Amino acid sequence: MAETRKLVTDPLIENNPIILQTLGICSALAVTSSLEVSLIMCIALTSVTAFSNLSISLIRHQVPGSIRIIVQMVIIASLVIVVDQILKAYAYEISKTLSVFVGLIITNCIVMGRAEAYAMQNPPLASFLDGVGNGLGYSAILISVAVIRELFGAGTLLGLEILPLVKNGGWYEPNGLLLLPPSAFFIIGCFIWILRTVKTKQREKIAFQIMDVQVKEHA
Amino acid sequence: MEAYLSLFVKVIFVENLALSFFLGMCTFLAVSKKIETAFGLGVAVVVVQSITVPANNLIFTYFLQQDALSWLGVTGTDLSFVGLISYIGVIAAMVQILEMTLDRFFPALYNALGIFLPLITVNCAILGGSLFMVERNYDFGESVVYGFGSGIGWALAIVALAGLREKLKYSDVPPGLQGLGISFMTAGLMSLAFMSFSGVQL
Repeated sequence: MAETRKLVTDPLIENNPIILQTLGICSALAVTSSLEVSLIMCIALTSVTAFSNLSISLIRHQVPGSIRIIVQMVIIASLVIVVDQILKAYAYEISKTLSVFVGLIITNCIVMGRAEAYAMQNPPLASFLDGVGNGLGYSAILISVAVIRELFGAGTLLGLEILPLVKNGGWYEPNGLLLLPPSAFFIIGCFIWILRTVKTKQREKIAFQIMDVQVKEHA
Repeated sequence: MEAYLSLFVKVIFVENLALSFFLGMCTFLAVSKKIETAFGLGVAVVVVQSITVPANNLIFTYFLQQDALSWLGVTGTDLSFVGLISYIGVIAAMVQILEMTLDRFFPALYNALGIFLPLITVNCAILGGSLFMVERNYDFGESVVYGFGSGIGWALAIVALAGLREKLKYSDVPPGLQGLGISFMTAGLMSLAFMSFSGVQL
């Protein structure tokens, strides 16, 4: 049981796919200017990761090693098409806002990475949970970034006004920079900074790698 | 002609794939430690992007969009829902063909670009370029310009970031911000600088 729980909770902080493994950053930066859009994106990515892990794990003994990437790609692309069609049918406005980013789940490294690194070696249920865990780890970062950007950039959360704006007679002057693309870089950079200050184990490994490269280049 | 030039400038500076849409971020941050490698990857992206975007444009126009099969005498078809899987298939196939062609006819170029080509199949800038092309209804001429221009824009961004990171070796970065953290900050500042191009029109 502890093992199973670890599959889901481990990627949340200890082994976060975005912060530690630098996977799937593209969409983390692009869709986070409003919380609603980010939530939809998280659900889409978590379900694609979970089900692609499940299906790839189910057929892992039948797939020849040399064509496994293509097979994984086809499975992932089909799942993304399903998600895309569902969004177009039931949440058309949001699918317009997400524009190409739903399609880009196909090339999101988290999905491919988990399929290749975990689902190819492990039984279906464990792979499914691993997919859910990594999806949630991704969602945790995405939602925190979106909350910061929407709350301080527009004074709202999910479209509801939380901080009354000056132009509506309140006291809060919104920080427009947070709605612009570059702010996402700064926020995630700060997250990495905080996480690596608290968890020095993650930091030292990285710092050592950089020292290593520098020494080699100078030699 | 003027429209093409304006589109070209727009996709390089104003709508830079890396810095304003964050596409291809994984490789953007991972392969930008040295200028030479960044330049190699940049050239590979330009080449692949200028082939795949027009190719996907043809696929979309003649097979996928509504009533696209009328040249076969079949009407009333709409295959646009299989778009995603076709584009990624075209991209994977193109990259493979390019790799084999380079290996056979241009060994020097293959040695320089070869290691980057497999990386490019899963680079979201490539798929993103094709998806934007479809979303914005570019015609064939525009898609050629768009593919080439967006590749150039991405290459420019990664080479610039690599240049900054080489200089960063001499700076005293706080331990928690080493490596990945400071690259994010740098990319953010670059993105902010590129935003000053917005609104530029020819």
